Amino acid sequence: MIRHCRFIKLLEGPQTLGRGPLFWGSAGLVLLAAMAYPLLADGYTVGNTVYFFTWSFMALGLCLIWGYGGTLSFGQTAFFGLSGYAYGVLTLNFGAAYGFTLIALLASLASTAVFAAVLGYFLYFGRISGVFLGIVTLSVTLVFERFMAQTAGPEWHIGVARLNGFNGMSGMPPLTLPWFGGNIVLFPDIGLYYFVLGLLVPTYLGLRILVNSKFGNVLVAIRENPERAEMLGYDVRKYQLVAFVIGAVLAGLSGTLYTAWGQYITPSSMSITAAALPIVWVAVGGRGDLTATLIGTLAVLAAFQALTIYGSQYALVVMGLLLVATVLVAPEGLIVTSAKLAGRMGRGSKESA
Amino acid sequence: MPILETRGLNKHFGGLHVTADVNLALDDGELHCLIGPNGAGKSTLFRLILGEHAPSSGSILYAGGDITALKSFERIRRGMSVKFQVPGIFKALSARHNLEIALQHHLEGGSLDAETDRLLAFLNLSEVATQLAGNLSHGQKQWLEIGMAISLKPKLLLLDEPTAGMSPAETFATGEIVKTLNAGGVTILAVEHDMSFVRQVARRVTVLHLGRIFAQGTVEEIVADERVAAIYLGQGHA
Repeated sequence: MIRHCRFIKLLEGPQTLGRGPLFWGSAGLVLLAAMAYPLLADGYTVGNTVYFFTWSFMALGLCLIWGYGGTLSFGQTAFFGLSGYAYGVLTLNFGAAYGFTLIALLASLASTAVFAAVLGYFLYFGRISGVFLGIVTLSVTLVFERFMAQTAGPEWHIGVARLNGFNGMSGMPPLTLPWFGGNIVLFPDIGLYYFVLGLLVPTYLGLRILVNSKFGNVLVAIRENPERAEMLGYDVRKYQLVAFVIGAVLAGLSGTLYTAWGQYITPSSMSITAAALPIVWVAVGGRGDLTATLIGTLAVLAAFQALTIYGSQYALVVMGLLLVATVLVAPEGLIVTSAKLAGRMGRGSKESA
Repeated sequence: MPILETRGLNKHFGGLHVTADVNLALDDGELHCLIGPNGAGKSTLFRLILGEHAPSSGSILYAGGDITALKSFERIRRGMSVKFQVPGIFKALSARHNLEIALQHHLEGGSLDAETDRLLAFLNLSEVATQLAGNLSHGQKQWLEIGMAISLKPKLLLLDEPTAGMSPAETFATGEIVKTLNAGGVTILAVEHDMSFVRQVARRVTVLHLGRIFAQGTVEEIVADERVAAIYLGQGHA
């Protein structure tokens, strides 16, 4: 019973907005609606929704690194691309039989984790912080993009997988679940939808528990005052590094799912535009809270796609304006600010009653 | 046996000797005040002891071991703790949460809650426990940080101007808190300008001047020392 209470306490601790029966009731309804959704919508729309879901892991990872840990990583798309290419190289070489795509998924995440750990080690143990961390991570991303863009020649291949330069890699198999009496191939529709939703819900809940745990307490303490956190006996660098690697793996998960979803990956997924977009998603919703980040990301992605109909450059300008407006009007993010206002009004009416 | 000892400690930034050959020994259980005019090198000495600066030469011994090469957090884990001059608190978190982050090192669950309540009461902060630390009054922020520092159950507590910006009543209350802690066995080294505070709490006083130990003795001896009065009064003529 006590264990059970502690678990609940971590799910709705001080580091996350949203607690009590009303919040969890609504969250349950949203989940039910999300589960019923493929029954009501056509295959194309469901596939499109999967596309939105795939990006949200990267946003949640950035929320952890930036919103909770206080260091702005501009390198989320580098991990996205690395993981996507890794999935492509592995599956093009070894195929999809015997559930190998799932092994490729895990291997792509593992390679991202190793790379992030090495990069993060130099960043945090080299005491690089603030704007410089953003510059270094962005540089890494752009170096990746430039490198992959010049791999058009036939000499650039890993096994049978051609890297294909700016055109990117394509033709890798979708995720395939081995099953009795035949594999289940997760094409970008209902099957993949439930698979990704089944990853997103535990990721969200797991991160909620993480940020409300002792680890999350220290992470937030470092964001607020790194010197004080160190003078409470915490090795600041280790905590930041762990958060960075978790965030990178989530970006990698986005990359792999995206690659499996569309069966292609190109260097432009690591371009400066691509690198800036996650920052817009997270900032607009509210980087300091996981729920705000998740809702904000899905909303901004849907709006972005709707605007793209009128031209993708035009949509990017709107994204830029949205970021500037958020920073000026509600620096904590639109959803976090509204939630706090609503909370204050709720408390105010209770006190006056 | 001294709990803290600096041996021939030097720190220079370029040609500027901020700490010059400081040999300071603190006995276990002592309450020692460090005074000196502005620029005497008090804060630098603190940063050397805490490991925020590396000394140019010399060594620091703590609880029988050489800690000169240790990182700050490693020194803290060996039983040191500090309250900074400017309150170092987590402004966007509640006062209670600030203490919990410090206490979670060695407590959890119900005992963490109980200890948090006890500390809040000890520091006169129970009423404001749920307020954001950034919204507390200056004195309350100072106490909150003292609370975070003592949450670690330190053997040696370093206080850098614990009463800066406090009213006389708050200063006196802080002095009583410091005396209670010391009576409980915590060795304390405090940098302080406020002589009423020094008189209230200290037994031994070290005067630092131009990076060197200028005088050392009981409070009465230091107050009576004309040379000490001269460096405070005659700073401009020195």
